[in-house]
Amino acid sequence: MVECEHDVKRVVLVSICLRNGILAAINLSKLLLMFMSIQERQQPIIEIVDLVTAYGQRRILDGINLQILPGETMTILGRSGCGKSTLLRHLIGLSKPSQGHIFIKGQDITSLSEEEMLPIRRKIGMLFQGAALFNSMTVGDNVALPLREHTALEEPTIKIMTRMKLDQVGLAGFDDFMPAQLSGGMKKRAALARAIAMDPDILFCDEPSAGLDPIVAVGIDHLILKLKKAFHMTIVVVTHELASVSLIADRVALLDSGRIIALGTVEQLKQSADDKVQQFFNRIPDPESIDRESYLNSLIE
Amino acid sequence: MRLIRQAMGSTGRLFLTYMTHVARLLQLTRDALYWSLIAPVKGKGGVRWKSTMQQMVLIGFNSVPIVATICFFVGLIMAMQAAYQLERFGASIYVANLVGVSMTRELGPLLTAIIIAGRSGSAIAAEIGTMKVNEEIDALQTMGLNPTRFLVVPRLLALLLVLPCLSLIADAVGILGGFFLAVFSLDISFIRFLKQTADALVLKDLLTGLTKTFFFAVIIAQVGAYQGFIVEGGAEGVGKSTTNSVVTSIFLIIVADLITTMVFYSTL
Repeated sequence: MVECEHDVKRVVLVSICLRNGILAAINLSKLLLMFMSIQERQQPIIEIVDLVTAYGQRRILDGINLQILPGETMTILGRSGCGKSTLLRHLIGLSKPSQGHIFIKGQDITSLSEEEMLPIRRKIGMLFQGAALFNSMTVGDNVALPLREHTALEEPTIKIMTRMKLDQVGLAGFDDFMPAQLSGGMKKRAALARAIAMDPDILFCDEPSAGLDPIVAVGIDHLILKLKKAFHMTIVVVTHELASVSLIADRVALLDSGRIIALGTVEQLKQSADDKVQQFFNRIPDPESIDRESYLNSLIE
Repeated sequence: MRLIRQAMGSTGRLFLTYMTHVARLLQLTRDALYWSLIAPVKGKGGVRWKSTMQQMVLIGFNSVPIVATICFFVGLIMAMQAAYQLERFGASIYVANLVGVSMTRELGPLLTAIIIAGRSGSAIAAEIGTMKVNEEIDALQTMGLNPTRFLVVPRLLALLLVLPCLSLIADAVGILGGFFLAVFSLDISFIRFLKQTADALVLKDLLTGLTKTFFFAVIIAQVGAYQGFIVEGGAEGVGKSTTNSVVTSIFLIIVADLITTMVFYSTL
């Protein structure tokens, strides 16, 4: 009887040890996963290194260095002609820089051929300033185009996915409309649906609220926020709309004459001591310099 | 001395600009032929047949009335001009030979190509140019879709397929024009005119004309597409490129016609 009791005690003891061991292993693996995800999060998804673009003697981008982390919304802010759209064209691989490198998910896209660039392009979505919908196709066909060209999905599946994407941007039921039949805001929404059709990891937006009234513009901003939450995308927005920046940006890079003059959160930039940053955020116009001599000289030249 | 240097400099720059355009046009043609013929075989991207069919309707089917009307009138005019001379020698029946041979060997394909260059070559330039202005070409590239495969190949294939057909229609309608004059004005019977035309024509005449249409189709598609791709600025740029596409296409069509005619003339 005593021996039997002793055996039972030993079995219970062993099973408790075993349970504790398993629990410890689970906790350890959880910790390891957390550590790995933190490590992954710290790795920039986009890294721009010493980027220079020059047309002849004129430098459009002059030594840009920037890191964009996964899941963040980076806003590239600047005056007209400061080089922000040029920077965006480089980021999506439409232009090649004179010097420097752009790493997307660790791959240097400045040295890739069009064919090598293809897998990266499939993971990138782009919202163009003028929407850039194909006017000869219906809205549905516009959204379905990347799915038809890059996947082997059946047509009914593509149709369902197209409807889902249009629904996500608030354009359910507009599949058969032609782009010419849509308003400016609706075109942007349709273009956004096309940009997210392939579930991209990175979404680039060029002046998303340009040419739209404030109500429609804020609607697009909210849509971008909603999509970011839903798909955990990294978003890069090029704009000069301060209202839009305050709403959507995690970090802001302020560009001036082809250089990044300030980088940080909106609050940090608002408190910056830099004159140019203050001028931009406080909407202070350039001082009017009416120098009679230089004006007359410029006329003669 | 300074003036001479300036003149030489501007001539050199103009020459270099033209050569750059020629090189780029040849590169686009090479790419288009690659995406039409080689890439589908290698499995690197199929031809968009639905779009090609649409273009065939737009370029080919919709052009039939204008091509037929113009070629009918030209056949009629040629017959009148020929009859004016041949009647003096009592050789009016040879109107059939003249109209038949010149329509099939030369005028049918050439007139068709010029009409299509004006009608569809300009439309290709305007359409692609507008897409460039609206950033649609950039959107295609961003989506990983090759603009040459997507836009140029359907138009090139459509032209390669419909231009010979339109050319055959032009030949037939041109001969019909000559026939009308012969029957109603020269008192030549229907059977006699038909027999005379059939005797005058050989298969080589038809093949000569059809061979030319291959070169004409490539010229119209490539010049139109190239002019579209190089559009700069807004609507004004599109207008300029459209005009350039028609002028360049017609010039190159005449040059290609001259070269092919010289080749056939020396070998036949």
